[in-house]
Amino acid sequence: MTIRIQKEGFDPWRELAAYQETHSIDWAGRYGATAVFVGSLRDFNQGQAVSSMALEHYPGMTEGYLEKISAEACTRWELLDTLVIHRYGPLSLGDPIVLVAVWSAHRDAAFAACRYLIDELKTRAPFWKQETTPGGVRWVEENKT
Amino acid sequence: MASMNVITVRYFASLREHLGRSEDQVEAAGLRCVADVWRRVSAESLPANTLVAVNQEYASLASVVRAGDEIAFFPPVTGG
Repeated sequence: MTIRIQKEGFDPWRELAAYQETHSIDWAGRYGATAVFVGSLRDFNQGQAVSSMALEHYPGMTEGYLEKISAEACTRWELLDTLVIHRYGPLSLGDPIVLVAVWSAHRDAAFAACRYLIDELKTRAPFWKQETTPGGVRWVEENKT
Repeated sequence: MASMNVITVRYFASLREHLGRSEDQVEAAGLRCVADVWRRVSAESLPANTLVAVNQEYASLASVVRAGDEIAFFPPVTGG
């Protein structure tokens, strides 16, 4: 169970390869399913063009909340491991914002836990998006769907 | 440094900008719950949908507060 909140950009696919490599001996033959969600910065939101974004967070509570939902996922489903990486600070178009990855013996648990983690993260983890649009800078008021 | 008789109050995102500050330190004396803390720091009513945390865990306006606690008020979250 790993959680990283960072200002620096990251490549989710390199992170996944590196994470699996680190655990390759322990994990050999133990998982049959990896479910992954990657969220990236779009160039539109709620009918307006978006040119860049900044993400504020609540240091400490963010990590604590993500640890809590990762632990909850591990009690609800049979998981080998979970990985969550999330950016904060300034972001550019196309930047990966979040990576959620789940390893399990079977796909049902992997899909369900991955979905649970990203849904809980979006509705409850203390992050706030501020977008730059042609009309100026605005706070995103709520996460739709 | 947080003193024993003080409650730290933190604000984030649009609420932080609206108030024009990110943090207050208030005397804990006379404050029983989160709603009391808000009344101490602002004359305005708490904006609808505001979320609250006590010591970095989600809480409610009725949650009890104690000296040394960290209380946070923030708008709906929009991560991911």
